[in-house]
Amino acid sequence: MKVETKKKLDIVFKAFLIITSLSSILVTFAIVLALIEDTIRFFVHPEGGGFPTSLFRFFTETEWTPTFVTKKIGIWPLLAGTFLIASIAMIVSIPLGLIIAVYLSEFASWRVREAIKPWLDFLEAVPTVVYGYFALLAVTPLLQWIFRFFGIEMEGMNALSPGIVLGIMILPFTASMVEDSIRGVPQYLREASYALGASKLRTAFEVVVPAAKSGILASYLLGISRALGETMVVAIAAGMYPNLTINPLEPVQTITGYIVQVALGDLPFLSFEYLSIFAAGFMLFLITLFFNQLAVYFKSKIERY
Amino acid sequence: MIFLFSVALKLFLDGMHRIFKLKFYTSFPSRFPEEAGILSAWVGTLYVMVGAIFWAILLGVPAGIYLEEFGGKGKLARIIEANITNLSAVPSIVYGLLALGIFVYRLNFGESILTAGLTLGLLMLPVIVVATRESLRRIPRAIREASYALGSTHYELVFHHLLPYSIGGILTGVIIATSRAIGETAPLLTIGALTFIAFLPPAPWKDLIGMLKSPFTVLPIQMFNWVSRPQEAFHQNAAAAGFVLLVLCLVLNSLSYYLRYKVRRKYYW
Amino acid sequence: MDETLKLKVENLNFYYGSFHALKNINLPIPSRKITAIIGPSGCGKSTLLRCFNRMHDLYANVRYEGAIYLYPDRLNIISKGTDPLYVRRRIGMVFQKPNPFPKSIYENIAYGLRINGIKDKKVIDEKVEKALRDAGLWEEVKDRLSANAYSLSGGQQQRLCIARAIAVEPEVILFDEPTSALDPISTGRIEDLLVELKNKLTIVIVTHNMQQAARISDFTAFMYLGELIEFDVTEKLFTNPAKKLTEEYITGRFG
Repeated sequence: MKVETKKKLDIVFKAFLIITSLSSILVTFAIVLALIEDTIRFFVHPEGGGFPTSLFRFFTETEWTPTFVTKKIGIWPLLAGTFLIASIAMIVSIPLGLIIAVYLSEFASWRVREAIKPWLDFLEAVPTVVYGYFALLAVTPLLQWIFRFFGIEMEGMNALSPGIVLGIMILPFTASMVEDSIRGVPQYLREASYALGASKLRTAFEVVVPAAKSGILASYLLGISRALGETMVVAIAAGMYPNLTINPLEPVQTITGYIVQVALGDLPFLSFEYLSIFAAGFMLFLITLFFNQLAVYFKSKIERY
Repeated sequence: MIFLFSVALKLFLDGMHRIFKLKFYTSFPSRFPEEAGILSAWVGTLYVMVGAIFWAILLGVPAGIYLEEFGGKGKLARIIEANITNLSAVPSIVYGLLALGIFVYRLNFGESILTAGLTLGLLMLPVIVVATRESLRRIPRAIREASYALGSTHYELVFHHLLPYSIGGILTGVIIATSRAIGETAPLLTIGALTFIAFLPPAPWKDLIGMLKSPFTVLPIQMFNWVSRPQEAFHQNAAAAGFVLLVLCLVLNSLSYYLRYKVRRKYYW
Repeated sequence: MDETLKLKVENLNFYYGSFHALKNINLPIPSRKITAIIGPSGCGKSTLLRCFNRMHDLYANVRYEGAIYLYPDRLNIISKGTDPLYVRRRIGMVFQKPNPFPKSIYENIAYGLRINGIKDKKVIDEKVEKALRDAGLWEEVKDRLSANAYSLSGGQQQRLCIARAIAVEPEVILFDEPTSALDPISTGRIEDLLVELKNKLTIVIVTHNMQQAARISDFTAFMYLGELIEFDVTEKLFTNPAKKLTEEYITGRFG
């Protein structure tokens, strides 16, 4: 092959690389475009009262019933459900994640770590629908049984059980990210602490963890974003009832749960119901984007030693 | 780990009556729980995943090569990089909305295997880009210089050296991404994967387009459908389907570990 | 000087971003001789060497000014219109650390031939053998050509890299501290090899080892802080340097 031919081939090759790389940007545009366009359509749709009434109703009404005959379009019940479950998940995930990460990076021997890591990877790959099954048919009955001792009846669909399962589900993700940031703490800080006579445990929690706080915070923010966007566990075990409550024992519906519920039915293109899941999805997209950007910000602040 | 074990045990115990029966794997779903099986579901999963892997590799590997080798610190590369990081954090159900809004209605691909493959492919994209970049980064700079010094072009460097030396790492990434995507339910629910499919899509070697346009179901959706039914007997089916999924993921994960181990032994620089 | 010229550097300036790495270099490289470039680390000797085959083009933010002519056709290597691929096929390079490809010994050498358009298996076989013989490696590896190159010792790997470079029959080979990662015995063998090779081609070698330069080179250039201080016949430069700075360096007062 002549050098000139090769030169031309090389240009074609590079163009191919750039085009495929740009496809990722195209995907982002497509996501944003689809979401925004149909969200706008939702707000100008006569069944929602038209713009700007609809936007006003979106943020002031306390019920979410776009699929009913009398349509209420207050987003708050869905947001409440979404954040309630995510909060429960984080209550489970934050302390456990920190403990696992500290154990793995500070205490576990190399062999233990090598033995545990594949299982954490595997846990991350377990289909979420399987976790949903477990939440509904194992964790909920167990919780009901426990609560009965205290004379409390818990409903079969509730926020607590999927919240707990979700917390455990995102554990491998948060724990491994927290571990990465802890491992980034230089050895000399630990040595300085030992030299003062501090125990291993005190060193871990009073020196190493604070030194890695930006990275840990970023990990948890990404964890929250995951919990907010998780779908199957909540669709199966949390219920299908948009409920403006903070009681974890009641059924709630999340944004994702609502999208699944509507999507399961037959969706005429551009009907009000169809548009409503895009409006709800857009909310979710903005919220997760916010947490992700916050995480990126904290990552950029990671302490450099 | 205890948690994982109890999940697996629960699935196994609940689904025991189905797991060991061949009929479960060779029957279509049915109104009668004892007769229902996962034939259409696992065939659907197979087709959809082949499509997803195809798209993810087609778009992800070149993007990884571009970013790691030729993008440098340029503006374009930085934008693409930030964009991919963001994409990886977008909830999977939002990909489902994208697929519904763009692929199903605007591009008219329908609620088909093609749409599902594309959607999961996009979902896998960030993982593959990152895996490609990481395995390229492990190749020493000296190898690139040696190749250029002999007068090789960029594509010769990539095809003769970089890809052969990094293929193990890239494959590992593909397998990990696959094992995650195989259990994805949400984005396929929104594009209307049906749960009651009592037929198989046409075989791709006979009618590729018919296959791509065919409606479908996949394992996790079949399982979701069974879970959400009130009858206890269907829950057994769900558990069995879940167990099959779990085993699939375990197999894929072990495979990726095995590959990683082999690659590490092959190139030691 | 009555030698035929192979390369001629004229008013070369080179920048990494805003860092002025090479300052107004003028240097003739005679044909079929060994020219050594010496100087303390960071003086720009490797940077200069890498200008000859446009290796800097692989990295962003670099800028060349001036000219490097490759004779006999007086091709300006660093002009924008010159294709670096074409240059690299005429000017080979051997690096500081042995960097064979993780392929078989045979493939390492055959690779350069193939991308240069040689397809005939027989021709490739012949040229691989010839290159290995010229690099003094044939006797050691002829029975295991399909073994991985990384199974060789460091010195053998470096000779393999030399064989890889000479197989494509370049006119010039650049050596970037080729023995700095090797033991004295391997170093000796490679030095002998270089002296043999100069019958066929032009050699430019960068080294931080002054004794090495004195042992094998015909001409020596001394560089300091990005500037060419002195260039002369090796014997003269080491015994009777014209510049004070050169004298201080070769007598070990700094560097």
